Amino acid sequence: MNVKVAILSIQLRLNSIKKLSTIALALGVERTRTELLPFLTDTIYDEDEVLLALAEQLGNFTMLVGGPEYVHCLLPPLESLATVEETVVRDKAVESLRKISQEHSPVDLEVHFEPLVKRLASGDWFTSRTSACGLFSVCYPRVSSTVKAEIRQHFRTLCSDDTPMVRRAAASKLGEFAKVLELDYVKSDIISLFTALASDEQDSVRLLAVEACVSIATLLPQEDLETLVMPTLRQAAEDKSWRVRYMVADKFSELQKAVGPEITKNDLVPAFQNLLKDCEAEVRAAAANKVKEFCENLPEDNREQIIMTHILPCVKELVSDTNQHVKSALASVIMGLSTILGKDNTIEHLLPLFLAQLKDECPEVRLNIISNLDCVNEVIGIRQLSQSLLPAIVELAEDAKWRVRLAIIEYMPLLAGQLGVEFFDEKLNTLCMAWLIDHVYAIREAATCNLMKLVEKFGAEWAQNTIVPKVLGMANDPNYLHRMTTLFCINALSEACGQDITTKQMLPVVLKMSNDQVANVRFNVAKSLQKIGPVLDSNALQTEVKPVLEKLATDTDMDVKYFAQEAISVLALA
Amino acid sequence: MSAISASEKVDGFTRKSMRKAQKQRKSQGSSQYRTQSAPVELSPLPQLKDAPSTEQQELFTKKLQQCCMLFDFLDSVMDLKSKEIKRATLNELVDYVSTNRGVLVESTYPEITNMICTNIFRTLPPSDNPDFDPEEDEPTLEASWPHVQLVYEFLLRFLENPDFQPSIAKRHIDQKFVLQLLELFDSEDPRERDFLKTILHRIYGKFLGLRAFIRKQINNIFLRFIYETEHFNGVAELLEILGSIINGFALPLKAEHKQFLMKVLIPLHTAKGLALFHAQLAYCVVQFLEKDPTLTEPVIRGLLKFWPKTCSQKEVMFLGEIEEILDVIEPTQFKKIQEPLFKQISKCVANPHFQVAERALYFWNNEYILSLIEENIDKVLPIMFGSLYRISKEHWNPTIVALVYNVLKTLMEMNCTLFDELTSSYKADRQQEKKKEQERDELWKKLDELRLSNTNLFQNNSRGLPCVQNNNNNNNNNNNSNNDNQDKSAEAAAVATDNKDPEVKDPDVSVAASESTPCAK
Repeated sequence: MNVKVAILSIQLRLNSIKKLSTIALALGVERTRTELLPFLTDTIYDEDEVLLALAEQLGNFTMLVGGPEYVHCLLPPLESLATVEETVVRDKAVESLRKISQEHSPVDLEVHFEPLVKRLASGDWFTSRTSACGLFSVCYPRVSSTVKAEIRQHFRTLCSDDTPMVRRAAASKLGEFAKVLELDYVKSDIISLFTALASDEQDSVRLLAVEACVSIATLLPQEDLETLVMPTLRQAAEDKSWRVRYMVADKFSELQKAVGPEITKNDLVPAFQNLLKDCEAEVRAAAANKVKEFCENLPEDNREQIIMTHILPCVKELVSDTNQHVKSALASVIMGLSTILGKDNTIEHLLPLFLAQLKDECPEVRLNIISNLDCVNEVIGIRQLSQSLLPAIVELAEDAKWRVRLAIIEYMPLLAGQLGVEFFDEKLNTLCMAWLIDHVYAIREAATCNLMKLVEKFGAEWAQNTIVPKVLGMANDPNYLHRMTTLFCINALSEACGQDITTKQMLPVVLKMSNDQVANVRFNVAKSLQKIGPVLDSNALQTEVKPVLEKLATDTDMDVKYFAQEAISVLALA
Repeated sequence: MSAISASEKVDGFTRKSMRKAQKQRKSQGSSQYRTQSAPVELSPLPQLKDAPSTEQQELFTKKLQQCCMLFDFLDSVMDLKSKEIKRATLNELVDYVSTNRGVLVESTYPEITNMICTNIFRTLPPSDNPDFDPEEDEPTLEASWPHVQLVYEFLLRFLENPDFQPSIAKRHIDQKFVLQLLELFDSEDPRERDFLKTILHRIYGKFLGLRAFIRKQINNIFLRFIYETEHFNGVAELLEILGSIINGFALPLKAEHKQFLMKVLIPLHTAKGLALFHAQLAYCVVQFLEKDPTLTEPVIRGLLKFWPKTCSQKEVMFLGEIEEILDVIEPTQFKKIQEPLFKQISKCVANPHFQVAERALYFWNNEYILSLIEENIDKVLPIMFGSLYRISKEHWNPTIVALVYNVLKTLMEMNCTLFDELTSSYKADRQQEKKKEQERDELWKKLDELRLSNTNLFQNNSRGLPCVQNNNNNNNNNNNSNNDNQDKSAEAAAVATDNKDPEVKDPDVSVAASESTPCAK
């Protein structure tokens, strides 16, 4: 009957499918099982978007069909969904199947779920076989040993499937499947599959084996790693496809943890050196990203020696790499080395590198260095850098790209904290004020916010002496945008500056600006008054703010009126 | 520091063209991950034509071996002398296999294929430009082209040599060879893809044993392109080869070929970069339909399923393809598909984008299509009439309005009585529509009133089923306030169906209820 209500226009179908649980609830468990689910199973030829929503919904349907006892009713529609072409739909169906597999009793799992997995695994079209790959690991632990043997056999078959899509799916689930297998089978079955996939003719399959390598290595006892895993891993690190080498570089820290300190020392250190010197920039960048983590996780007894003799020489070369992504990846982690190497080494070996990167032609490299200053600060103090830091900051502050300017502003409070108030006043204060009159609103806004953070850091007195006068001075600027900036600054600063400064210095300026000829300024006056009102005492509110707001409430401009009235009611001045 | 203009300071996004201009050098990439050590300097060998014929074979082999040395072309000054020697040698080899007879003796095959494999099979480098847009950006050219080109040239001459024997070559030009060749189609360099196209075509022609394999691998490449990476540079070239392959299919078509059409070629229409290969794709589809007209219905239904919803440019391409199909359609097939097809065409005709509307209206300039429409005017006209009549009054673009008038005139001439009937009932129909709309609104109001009782019902239910309660909570969390309305109405609808509300019993009305989605809010 009216189940069909749901299935009409696309947009509508999407909405109804998203509300499927409501419909099911209204129908009751009985009718959901006998009417709704068969109906859904039959109508799976729809738009992918609808199917996606359906696949997701069905994963949460257990209670709606009557609890775990009946959960297998959900399998037929999900099985069809797991065979559609569109990857997102299929993945979602698999996800839901995995979810509801947990709600099956062991008996139901063997009677209903496992046959479904088998059907998918031996499907004609690659889609069903791809989906099957994700389902083995969820049912394996809870079935009898004969069924287990069958599952292993199916997985083996899929690992050598004709279609690369299926082999990719199998390779990506290899690690997960290995985790649920008994150790003996890991050694006998998984290793041979792993080795085969890792030397697949397609690099897209080989690179997935690298991921599996991490899980497999974690499962095996240390003494087996050398014979079972390392030959494959070595081969992957020198694969002729850069995608595979990239994957190795990208997973390097995980691999390092999985194989343990001894193998790291003997094998991974040289492998890592090679990756840092790889001929493809992508690979070098991925490896450069891992420099800090790799060094951190080296065995402590000869960590320093390994870094100094093996890693640092490569890092030095990367500082002057031809590719900016490589340099910028390095810049984002290189500062972290200082805590590992200690003060003396940092000054002698790392500092020159920091300084070189601070002068790099690419702004991103400089930004990454500046954003990580805190690491160095802890070790050698920022003073060592301040001479080079300043020109770098100034240049970034005036960069043509506003996103770069925005980024450096965001580091200002951090820098100010580390450099101290004197250095700041002397060198950086002018910059901070200059941003307030930037051409780009986002910069002015960030600059305003920056001032607030600085005041929080340096205190109200500092604010009163250094920035408040300058901010208030802008109230007389011929450009109305700059006049508005004054108001925005006051909004941001009033709380941090406290009642005294707000009442005595800021309020008069705001009140005076209520006569501005530009309506935008006037309604911002109203907004500002509303904002700073809570900081003021009631006397000032009644005698000074109220009359001005009342005047603005009769303004010719409707926006001004609106905001004035709003302020009056919020401040309860009516 | 250079002075920065104010405009530049404001707009961080420099124009694409400006950025391109700044990037002076032609970008070139080359990936040769070398396991071999640094190249040794080559020393020139004597010319083949000067050698006595007894020694020619040996010299030929030596030269082939010499050409296995690879050079780094990203460094343009390195090994200049050796590079030049290799280039000259390759030239000579090309010349040698294309002009001489009897040079391809069996023992040279392994040497020849080895030289070819060493030079052309490589992992393609990562794209210089991570968001490379093939329609906009200049492709990265292969840096080692001066050598690679000659190797391709050599391979082609080798395959085309009258003495070439596939039975010997198949030991070397095998599945693995083809697989690596196919992977190279992803090259950004159009010159390389062009060579590959001709070469693969020759291989397909000469090696019968590889045909099924080649088709299957192309299949896999396309599926991966559609469903996994959405990136492959050589789709157009592969489709071009397929076009002529399909042409040669025997009848009746094998199930494998039909599956390829429906599960690969049709979904290929969903790709983002369709414009880059649409001409070749449409050609393949039409080839199939010319072979087997019974495929027309599933193909058109497939295209309608994947009809672009927001991309006007693609819609124009789809319309073009439909016209190509209609050009070869059989009248019996036309009858099977006319209703869904003309529903879509009627939407296109009314499209606010004038290029889409114009492209659809051009169908009426096609004599064959006109004759098909005329034959089925009683079916087509009622579908088209509403849209045409409305846009003849409402479309913003005068060209479209003029075109629509012509179309209406043509249709009127086809069946005057039906046209008059539709004209006179048009107003009544619209009024009825309006009335229906009102009814829907009222129904929704009623359903909204039901909401309260519905909420009660809900609470009762959820007490019994704690898990479901959870579910609902989740749902509510996901919905922002905007969707709230929607929820309630959907719930209301659901409950209404359960309550067997007299209002909703009539299936039509319940449809109406669900159609007037509160989305409009």
